[in-house]
Amino acid sequence: MTSRRSLALASVAAVVAVAIAVAISFWIHWFPAQATTQAQNTDRLYHVLVLASIPIFVLVVTVILYSVWQFRMKPGEELKDGPPIHGNTRLEVFWTAIPTVLLLGIVGYSFVVLRNNEKKPAREIQIGVTAQQFAWTYQYPPSVTGGAPLNSTQLYVPKGESVEFSLRSKDVIHAFWIPAFRVQEDVVPGITTHWRATPIRLGSYPVVCNLLCGLGHSLMRSTVHVVTPAQFHAWITSQQSAAASGAGGLSTTGAATG
Amino acid sequence: MAAKLRAPGFYRAGIMMLGGVALATGLTWLVRMTTGHATYSHYLSGDAILSVSLLAVPLAFLIGIGGFDYWFYWAAGRPTRPEDHSGHGAYSWKDYFRVNTDHKVIGVQYTVSSFFFLLVGGLIAMLMRAQLAQPGSHFVDANTFNGLFSVHASLLIFLFIIPVFAGLANFVLPLMIGAPDMAFPRLNALSFWLLPVAGALMLGSFFAPGGAFADGWTAYAPLSDNAPIGQTFFSVAVQFAGASSIMTALNFLVTIITMRAPGMSFFRMPLLVWANFATSLLVVIATPFIAASQFFVLLDRALGFNFFNAAHGGDVLMYQHVFWFYSHPAVYIMMLPGFGIISEIIAVKARKPIFGYRMMAFSLLAIVALGFTVWAHHMFTSGMAAWIRIPMAITTAIIAVPTGIKIFSWLATLWRGVLHLDTPMLFALGFLTTFTLGGISGVMLAMVPFDIHVSATYFIVAHIHYVLFGGSLMTIFAGVYYWFPKMTGRMYDERLGKWHFWATFIFVNLTFGPMHILGLQGMPRRVSTYAAKFTDLNLFISLASFGLGLSTLVFFYNIVTSWRGGPRAIPNPWRGMTLEWQVSSPPPIFNFDRVPTVVGGPYEYGVPGAVHGIFAPAPAPAAAGAAASVVRAPSQ
Repeated sequence: MTSRRSLALASVAAVVAVAIAVAISFWIHWFPAQATTQAQNTDRLYHVLVLASIPIFVLVVTVILYSVWQFRMKPGEELKDGPPIHGNTRLEVFWTAIPTVLLLGIVGYSFVVLRNNEKKPAREIQIGVTAQQFAWTYQYPPSVTGGAPLNSTQLYVPKGESVEFSLRSKDVIHAFWIPAFRVQEDVVPGITTHWRATPIRLGSYPVVCNLLCGLGHSLMRSTVHVVTPAQFHAWITSQQSAAASGAGGLSTTGAATG
Repeated sequence: MAAKLRAPGFYRAGIMMLGGVALATGLTWLVRMTTGHATYSHYLSGDAILSVSLLAVPLAFLIGIGGFDYWFYWAAGRPTRPEDHSGHGAYSWKDYFRVNTDHKVIGVQYTVSSFFFLLVGGLIAMLMRAQLAQPGSHFVDANTFNGLFSVHASLLIFLFIIPVFAGLANFVLPLMIGAPDMAFPRLNALSFWLLPVAGALMLGSFFAPGGAFADGWTAYAPLSDNAPIGQTFFSVAVQFAGASSIMTALNFLVTIITMRAPGMSFFRMPLLVWANFATSLLVVIATPFIAASQFFVLLDRALGFNFFNAAHGGDVLMYQHVFWFYSHPAVYIMMLPGFGIISEIIAVKARKPIFGYRMMAFSLLAIVALGFTVWAHHMFTSGMAAWIRIPMAITTAIIAVPTGIKIFSWLATLWRGVLHLDTPMLFALGFLTTFTLGGISGVMLAMVPFDIHVSATYFIVAHIHYVLFGGSLMTIFAGVYYWFPKMTGRMYDERLGKWHFWATFIFVNLTFGPMHILGLQGMPRRVSTYAAKFTDLNLFISLASFGLGLSTLVFFYNIVTSWRGGPRAIPNPWRGMTLEWQVSSPPPIFNFDRVPTVVGGPYEYGVPGAVHGIFAPAPAPAAAGAAASVVRAPSQ
């Protein structure tokens, strides 16, 4: 086979491989439920990254496989050397400049996503999160409850409203992560950290401690319930009355943790 | 017997170690007694004795084995034994268990003991995957599991990847630059003997009260501040492994700068030498930071310094900054020597000069410089000041450029070559594939919003194993096969080598590929059990990992049997141009019977009549010309 024909064949194979890889990348369910606007933005960023990566990876593999196919040593070539090509400045400038531009472009796009994800909206509710080995508790301030502050082991958030979580730790570092929300931040003793998300999908999703915090780390999980605003306020009211009637309040609200 | 106890060796080391324990006991008793009843109710405390012993006993061992003898004689004003090189060379396997100043013996000592730790670290990984094959299984308990993954990472980072590169370079690098030995042979010996000490401490922590250190290899404070005594084993072991790294790096730097053969200008050095030059710069600058981070923890633990106790003004995030200021460059410390190995193999096996040699050298230096500007990308979700994420994300993306230059240059070197597809070359090509994947996921992780989702998940586990197993370990296997004839004087079994490659390549991808999806789906790392929905993938990964474990046995079998009874190797089985191939296999005890003179570039394959080094004494006018070419461009 002439080298022109084999090159054409390799190019076609590479294009087909890219097409198949792109198809597979859309077919795979990469992420859990997309429960926040932040999740939508982050997932789109991920798909862009995958689409940009596929041609680069296919290019590398194609060159390797083509070289193995066309340039492998044939019988009788045991003492033969290749042509003494020492480099090509134009080519080297090209493969320095193009990736630089591409990388800066992608990182710029990621900053746009970051800004959108972290932008403070006009309306927002605050919920406190306290981590200790190996459990989560949640604080609903008066601005949310409309009455006395509420302390609970359950996490309820209203759909369609931006929530800012304020994270505090009583002992070591934990990380407050809700995979369905695509956001996490470490919970650090001595300081208060924050993250925000706007839930857009009803349902119950896992809350995970994502930083090694000791023996019980694997089981330091909780659940977030995204409910309608009406259900949210009904739940707050029920918790407040339970706290008022029950002795000690905390113990009764803590009973139904999942 | 008395003579045996006085002479350097294991007997004297044993006595000295007992002395170390006695010293630790006496010292802590004295301090606790003199500071009075108010502070200490008991003068003897097991934890205090153990903590001091962890420092005293390893030092006693090093003194006993003879690592410091020369300097002690010198310091005491006694006649030092002049180095007559009578200890060079190893004539039986027992010689590898003695302090030896021959760089080739030390290279083998380094490499073999590192592979011992690979075997142990790999077995630990098998135990972890056995636990993770099913959710909620009780193969090991949570504390043991946390200990397993912590020791797994620490062993493979500090006692396998970093030292095995130092070992291969120890053997090959002086030969490559035409030197008779390293610049500081006694320091070289001491830096090797620090390693078994560090390894014994890490493995010994399994027998400590409360179990092995269990806070990950990152040992984040304040968790590590309050962990059982096993944590101290880690903090101290890192000091010994780090000291070994720094000594070796200084040795490489001085050797490369001062001991090159006549005519060996910087731009005539093989890229493995360049790679170790760059790595040594990283090690010398960065390693003191991890030593500091662990001293902080040690002082917090032993003496209540409260560096990381937020309730008493400590700064928890400070630990992470200091730790990652070493541990990100460490990723390049674990990668650049591998880049050097791949450059050697691809040039020789493709029978072509390295494409863009100067850019290959400069890109190594670019990685060194940029490597110090990216550490906080490990902390995008740590709660540090938000603005730091922006510059660190940019530098993290940009550091992919010099790495990309290297990949493209290797590909261009393959182009139109005459490819010898034997085991080292297969590993080099496999490395190009898997490392590209690891590089791509690394660039993804530079994107802050994406990293905020997957930080500290199985996506990170997948990424780091693509880089360190698919990257570093592939280059290590390639390098071991490539220089096996030179190091042992025997040929390895090519058929088994190819089997090893294909098994490794397939099972690496089957094991670590699916971990990306686990992370994206929401599985955290460092857990001994997981949510039910991750069951299928985890079982698949566990089975694949057992295949990966078995593939390593093929390698060990091949190496052991070939070393014992493989066919004798000729001096230059690969027809390489670099100097190590111009001497016998294994090399003569003093490397070069005649000093080589370097007259051209290291990779002049295909250039008619080109040579890299000549052994005949160069005539006077030519020597002047060679000296001038140090300033001018090399002959490429």
